[in-house]
Amino acid sequence: MTALLEVENLRVAYGKIEAVKGISFTVQAGQVVTLIGTNGAGKTTTLRTLSGLLKPLAGKITFDGQVLNGTGPHKIVERGLAHSPEGRRLFPRLTIAENLQLGAFLRKDSTAIERDIQRIYELFPILGERRKQASGTLSGGEQQMLAMGRALMSRPKLLMLDEPSMGLSPIMMQKIMETITELRSQGTTILLVEQNAQAALSLADHGHVMEIGRIVLSGTGRDLLHDESVRKAYLGED
Amino acid sequence: MNELPQQLANGLILGAMYGLIAIGYTMVYGIVQLINFAHGEIFMVGGFGALTVYLALPSGLPLMAALPLMLIGGILVSVLVGVAAERFAYRPLRGAPRLAPLITAIGLSIALQQAVWKWYPDAKKARVFPQFKGDAFDVLGATVQRGDLFVLIAAPLCMLALGYFVSRTRSGRAMQATAQDRDTAALMGINTDRIIVLAFAIGAAFAGVAAVAYGLRTGEVQFRMGFIMGLKAFTAAVLGGIGNIYGAMLGGVVLGVAEALATAYVEDIPGMAQFGGGAWKDVWAFVLLILVLLLRPQGLLGERVADRA
Repeated sequence: MTALLEVENLRVAYGKIEAVKGISFTVQAGQVVTLIGTNGAGKTTTLRTLSGLLKPLAGKITFDGQVLNGTGPHKIVERGLAHSPEGRRLFPRLTIAENLQLGAFLRKDSTAIERDIQRIYELFPILGERRKQASGTLSGGEQQMLAMGRALMSRPKLLMLDEPSMGLSPIMMQKIMETITELRSQGTTILLVEQNAQAALSLADHGHVMEIGRIVLSGTGRDLLHDESVRKAYLGED
Repeated sequence: MNELPQQLANGLILGAMYGLIAIGYTMVYGIVQLINFAHGEIFMVGGFGALTVYLALPSGLPLMAALPLMLIGGILVSVLVGVAAERFAYRPLRGAPRLAPLITAIGLSIALQQAVWKWYPDAKKARVFPQFKGDAFDVLGATVQRGDLFVLIAAPLCMLALGYFVSRTRSGRAMQATAQDRDTAALMGINTDRIIVLAFAIGAAFAGVAAVAYGLRTGEVQFRMGFIMGLKAFTAAVLGGIGNIYGAMLGGVVLGVAEALATAYVEDIPGMAQFGGGAWKDVWAFVLLILVLLLRPQGLLGERVADRA
């Protein structure tokens, strides 16, 4: 079986500083794969490179059978790779509905787009109630729901979520994690970057631990959750 | 004689021109955070483009018939120069520190002036621009020249078209998204390079329209005309709130009217007699700019930058 996403020996640098120093991993269709690690480990850099916002220094990215190296971000979305960026990055002066419509920017099927927007409103009823409200006025949790909804609007083959739980209350975080589980049960393939290792590993099929630009440990979510070194470093146990 | 209606009309005509040019500053700034200081020259070359078309037409042709073609010629030349500037001067500096494109813009501005001075026939002095013959109109006590009607009609039409484009079309929506967050717009599948070109092109087109208006009003075009008009239009863009298209037009009109009124009436203020009249007219725009920067730095319709995060 070929992987939906295959990353081989990927290296990314900001000027002379190499943030990602040769990582390899795969994501199979239908899986949830997580990258965990501390700040500065290179997780966000990896996602930004996969979606084309950064150019790799070396390595190969194969998505859905096609090599992506050097492809512009707008072309990568077209191929089915959606990215919900760190810090949510909504269009603050546009309404919830307009943000969702922009998520479907490349689609032409307006009735299906409308149906998908309704589906997002079912998934997150609060968004439906406030559809005409500027997204900049939403709470952090609501913004995260909208960011995820917006990324789903392109009907991606692979959804990349960067720190969806960042800055959220425990209840809101619970809600976001439940949503990821639900998306997964609907067959969405997800690449999840998280600082909350416990939550991420609990729902991931596979996990990779990153440290200063390298993958230092890989395994199933369950294995990593019970791994001694992971527990010490990321789950706050000694 | 009460000259207030006349001064208001003068201000409005001037302001509509400032506003049309200001759109170019504000759109480009809104999307790439660049003050395109060559925009005044993009306006200037439009005037020469329109003049060239006029000179190429049969000499007996009435100006009314020539005007649409001149307008197309002016817009075309401005857009070509504006888009070329983006492609060859600014785009290679996209990731560079902000000072680099700014200096490039100033250099480009000088280069364009000198190119017209050197290579456009007889452009070392002002070239005569055709004017409408016939009596002026009397509008509510103000005398409005026939040529000035052009900008009074063109500016509102341009604004309506732009408003429709930005809020109702797919590309307009994409432009708003790109202005608010360029990276994320790209993640939505928007080709942000194309949106940037589009912003330059629309701004240049409006500058081309303004250049025709300027030619019709003053009866001439010359290689230096973009400098002071560009500075005033930039002031209008800041006054209205840079990044906001309606603010640019509002800022232009406020600036034009303020300039006309100050030129006419400042000398009546006790102790200010020596500051009256046309010699001081360019000063008022910048006095206004300083006041805005002190009292309302975000401009009349601008938003505080902190809201953008």
